[in-house]
Amino acid sequence: MRHILRLQVGPVSFRIGSQWRGPVEQLRRLYAGYPEPEGLCDFTVRLEAERFWRRWLRPSVAIRGDYVLPDAAPLPLAQGLLAAEMGMNLQMALGQKRFLLLHAASVEKGGRALLMTGHSGAGKSTLGALLGERGWRFMGDEFALLDLDDGRLHPFPRAVSLKNESLGLFDGMDPARLGPVLTGTPKGTIRHLRPNPEAVARMTEPARPVLILFPRFGRDLEPAIREVGAAEAFMRLTQASTNYVALGERGFDALTRFVGALPSRAIDYADTGQAEALVDELWRAA
Amino acid sequence: MRDSRLLARLLADPAAAREVQDWTSLIAVARAESLAGSLAWRLEGRELPPRVEALLEAARRDGESARVQALWEAEMARRALAPLGVPVILLKGTAYAAAGLEAARGRSIGDLDILVPRAALPDVERALLAAGWEWVKEDPYDDQYYRRWMHELPPLIHRERDRMIDVHHAILPLTARPKPDMERMIGDPVPLADGLFVLSPADMIVHAAAHLFADGDLAGGLRNLWDIDRLLRQFGERDSGFWPALRERSQRHGLLPAVRRAVRLARHLYATPINWCQAPISKSLDSQGTASEKIGARHQLTATDALYRRRLLARDGWGRARRPLTRLAFYVRSHWLRMPPLMLARHLWVKARRR
Repeated sequence: MRHILRLQVGPVSFRIGSQWRGPVEQLRRLYAGYPEPEGLCDFTVRLEAERFWRRWLRPSVAIRGDYVLPDAAPLPLAQGLLAAEMGMNLQMALGQKRFLLLHAASVEKGGRALLMTGHSGAGKSTLGALLGERGWRFMGDEFALLDLDDGRLHPFPRAVSLKNESLGLFDGMDPARLGPVLTGTPKGTIRHLRPNPEAVARMTEPARPVLILFPRFGRDLEPAIREVGAAEAFMRLTQASTNYVALGERGFDALTRFVGALPSRAIDYADTGQAEALVDELWRAA
Repeated sequence: MRDSRLLARLLADPAAAREVQDWTSLIAVARAESLAGSLAWRLEGRELPPRVEALLEAARRDGESARVQALWEAEMARRALAPLGVPVILLKGTAYAAAGLEAARGRSIGDLDILVPRAALPDVERALLAAGWEWVKEDPYDDQYYRRWMHELPPLIHRERDRMIDVHHAILPLTARPKPDMERMIGDPVPLADGLFVLSPADMIVHAAAHLFADGDLAGGLRNLWDIDRLLRQFGERDSGFWPALRERSQRHGLLPAVRRAVRLARHLYATPINWCQAPISKSLDSQGTASEKIGARHQLTATDALYRRRLLARDGWGRARRPLTRLAFYVRSHWLRMPPLMLARHLWVKARRR
C-alpha cells in the first residue's frame, strides 16, 4: 500500500492503507493529535480500486480490509474520507469480539456514563456531539464498547459524523476540527468533526454506565419522557448491537446485566434545546 | 509470499512466534485465509506482546462460540431429518467439531454441510423445507444445473437462524472425471452419540483432498490443507492401520493422485509426518542410500506441486490476493475439472449472458 496511516481510537487500533494520497491526507488532518498505536494494529482497512484501471479512470474506492461485505458499493474518490470511516466501522461491526458493540453515542460526567441509542435519524450523534461541547466528556457517537467482564463502557471517540441539517448546529466550531463537506453521499451531506482535546486525551478511560436513553427526534413531537422496562431495553439493544449474536452466551450475560442494573428512558424532542433540558432532568435523578 | 509463508511456518512451529516482527500483517493474512482462530490456538500459552495476546484470546473465544453455533445447527438438521430414518453424515468443519477432532480447534465454520444417500434427496429436501429452510435464490437454470450435474442441492438458508445448509449426495460433481464410490463411503460412516454420522477417517481425508484439488479454485486452500495436516496427524497417531486404509480408499475412489498431492503439500508447508510405507524398506536399499533419503525423495514436491504452492501462498501482508494470473489459471482449471469441454462452453455462455 502506498499511503498508510496507523490510528489509535480508545482501546482499538487501525492500520489504514490507500492507493491514493487524498483519503489518507484528509484522515491525517481530521485525526491530528490522536496517538499512534504501539505495536500491533487490531484491524487493517484497505482503500483500493475496484478494478485496476479504476485507480485512474473515474476513480472509485472499494472498501476492503480484514473483514469485507461482499456487496458493499464503492464510493467516488471525492468521498474517500467517508470510505475510510466506513471501512473502520465495518471492521468493528464484523470483527470486534472483545466488547459488546452497541450502535450508540455515549458521554461521561464525573466518572459516570450516559448511553444514547436509537434508529438512524433519532439524533444520537448530534446530541452526543452537542453534550460533548457543553461540559460532558464525549466518548463516541457510533459505537459504545461494553466490557464483557466488568460492565464498564470504553470510549471510542472517532470523528463525529454530522449529517444534513445537523451541520448547521456546528457552524461556529473551530474550522481546524472540521473535515471537508462531502455532498451526494449515500447518507446525504456529511461533515466530520474531531472530538475536543479532552475527549482525545482521555480516550483510554472507561466509565461506569448509569443511564440508557432512547431519544426520538421529530419536528412535531411534544417533549416527553417514558419509562422503558428492562425487557424492552434488552430487545432494542440486541437490535442495536452488531455482534450480540456472534458473542453467544457472553453477549447475553453482559447485556442482561447491563439492562438489569440501569434505568432506561425514552425521550421525544423537537429541537436540541428540549433534548438538553430532558437529559439534564433525567441525569439529576439518575 | 513472505507473509503467508510465515503464517504456515507459525502454524507448523509455534516457537517461531519469537521471530515475528510485524504482527499486524500476520493477523491480516491469517484473517484473509480464515486461519486466525487456528493460529490463536496454536499460540496459546506462548509469551506474546499483551496486545497480540488480547487479540488472540478474542479469536479463541470467537472460535468457541462459532463451534457451539455450528453444533446447534447440526442438531437442528438432525431433528428435521430424524423421522426419515436415513443416515445423515456431517462433512467438513461441523464434522470435525462434532467428532471432537483437533482440526476443529479455532476453525471458522460457515455453512452446515451434510451428505445423504442420493435416493433420499427428495425426502430430505421436503423435510428441510417443512422445517423452515428455503432456497437462497430461485433460478431455473441454476436449479437445473445443480440437480443434473452437481453433487449437492442448490443452497438452502434457514429463514429464522439465517444459516445455510449444503445437502450433498456425492463429494464431487457428477461430471468430474474421478468417480468416487459413494455407496461405499456412505455405507461405512462413524456414528456419533446423537445419531448423526461422520465419514471414516480415510474417507474424511479423501473428501478434504478432493475438495481441495479436484474441485474448486483453491480459494481458502491454506486452511483446507491445515485441516488435512491436523487430521493426518491425529489419525496416524491413533491407529496404525490408518495409512494403509488411506491408500486403499484413495485408490478405490479414484483419488489417490489428489490425496498424494495433498499429503506432499501438507508435509512441505506444515511438516506433516507421513507414513505411507508401514513395512521397513531398508532391505531394498542399495549401499548408497539411507531409508530416510529414499523416503524424502518420494515426498519431494513435483513441478506441478510447486504451482499449487505458488497459488496457496498468493497473499501479501495487507491480506490482498496476489498473482492474478496464477489465480485465473486455477479458476479456469476448476471449471475444466468439473465438466467436459462442450458442457463447460454452454455453462459459461449462459452465465456470461446473464451478467
